[in-house]
Amino acid sequence: MESTVLKVSDFSAYFGDSQILKNINLETDSNFVTTLMGPSGCGKTTLIRCVNRMHELIPGARVTGKMYLKNDDIYGMEPIVLRRKIGMVFQKPNPFPMMSIYDNVIAGYKLNGIRFPRDELDNIVERSLMGAALWDEVKDSLHRKGTFLSGGQQQRLCIARALAMNPEILLLDEPTSALDPKSTSAIEELIVELKKSVTMLLVTHNIAQAARVSDYTAFIYLGELVEFGPTDKMFTVPKDKRTEEYLTGKFG
Amino acid sequence: MKDHTTARMIKDKVFRATVILLACFSMLPLLLILYFITRNGIAVINWEFLSQLPRPIGEDGGGVFNAIVGTAILIILSSILSIPFGITTGIYLSEKSDGKIAHIVRLCVVVLQGTPSIVIGIVAYLWVVAPFHSFSAISGGVALSIMMLPVIIKATEETLKLMPYHLKEASLALGVPYHKTILKVILPTGINGILTGILLSLARITGETAPLLFTAFGNQFMNWNLFKPIDSLPYRIFYYAMSPYPEWHAFAWGASFMLVAVVLGFNLIARGVAAKWKVQF
Repeated sequence: MESTVLKVSDFSAYFGDSQILKNINLETDSNFVTTLMGPSGCGKTTLIRCVNRMHELIPGARVTGKMYLKNDDIYGMEPIVLRRKIGMVFQKPNPFPMMSIYDNVIAGYKLNGIRFPRDELDNIVERSLMGAALWDEVKDSLHRKGTFLSGGQQQRLCIARALAMNPEILLLDEPTSALDPKSTSAIEELIVELKKSVTMLLVTHNIAQAARVSDYTAFIYLGELVEFGPTDKMFTVPKDKRTEEYLTGKFG
Repeated sequence: MKDHTTARMIKDKVFRATVILLACFSMLPLLLILYFITRNGIAVINWEFLSQLPRPIGEDGGGVFNAIVGTAILIILSSILSIPFGITTGIYLSEKSDGKIAHIVRLCVVVLQGTPSIVIGIVAYLWVVAPFHSFSAISGGVALSIMMLPVIIKATEETLKLMPYHLKEASLALGVPYHKTILKVILPTGINGILTGILLSLARITGETAPLLFTAFGNQFMNWNLFKPIDSLPYRIFYYAMSPYPEWHAFAWGASFMLVAVVLGFNLIARGVAAKWKVQF
């Protein structure tokens, strides 16, 4: 049951006068992990932020072209409605420091003023934390502050927070770049596990990570989508010379 | 060679001793003030002093209950007036930190902070006392709230500027509207800094006398009416200390002791709040 979750067509992004993304075309299917890979400054983070329109926080940002989530025009709806359908996990774990673990998981509902009966909330919290492979570690300390957790646990808490909203797509913006190797592999295992239920778009500059977790890879270089295809194919027989050079460590 | 090193080490020691000595000297005025106020004031403090109204000279006893109540009313009034404006202005300055209006507002805050308190008293007189044709608690509250504003604004701005940007991103990415992000995420996270600022501003205005001279005016009697003149501890001290009577001088010491205790209390609570409610990121 494959269907297109995110469709990007002829998409360009600008900050002021400088063009960051050039005519990107991309499609991701449901329950696959798509990696955006490329050297720093290539525009991969900008692209992922354009998906939930977080780039608009920067003054002077504008875009041309289209993006569709399922069949809805992303740039035709209110950002706050859009962002409730899209989960996002950031580079640095960012749980809300004044909230307990429990409240952090349901923060998306709580802060938006969406009310549920208590037992349903309990359910959401348990399901989301299990989804993020954190339940066993925190089930006895749900009402402690989220910031007592280790960095890797905090990141999984942030994943649980995103999962609690039942997102149609989960954006992961270099989710492991601030973590140690052990936490990194825990998150990577989690991504592979989560694929069964969620579609994911992952930004990474770690080639090995892209190879380990993703089904499709998009190689972005200087704002251009150089190559897009199944990961195993691209990593074994890259079509473009630049992709090959990047994968073999000639630059980046 | 050896002598050279010794000379340097001696210079080093002299410098150290001087710094420590001067640091101790700068504490001296505070210690002396506390000593004299405690020595002269504490003897006057008893239940009667705290719970009774001033009596005419020649009559024994009496107290400063009206001044305590007055100071409390003035603190509450000026807090109600200044906190909403102060916090919202602080939010604006931290959110739009390089806008043109923000620059002007920031300049105004600095100028306001440097404005002599007596001038603020005159302004409150012109704004509130003159139109209502009466000295009043409200006019005193207005004068003091203007004095609180810059401290609260600065504290809020500085606290919110220290909030990590990724906190705001986390909230916005969940689809939380901007206003709720500010009110439910950013403000609660920075609450300790803002509260500390409010308490320090209270400590600052509690002892202010000049702006009250022609606004709250002072009142020998108990008054709960906000549109009538009201007494306050600093004003009572001023009034008693200026009198020729030794009994009233003693009362002035007692009221000073109370005032210093209240201000010290605000400062200590502010420190406690800053330390205890500190949010860990």
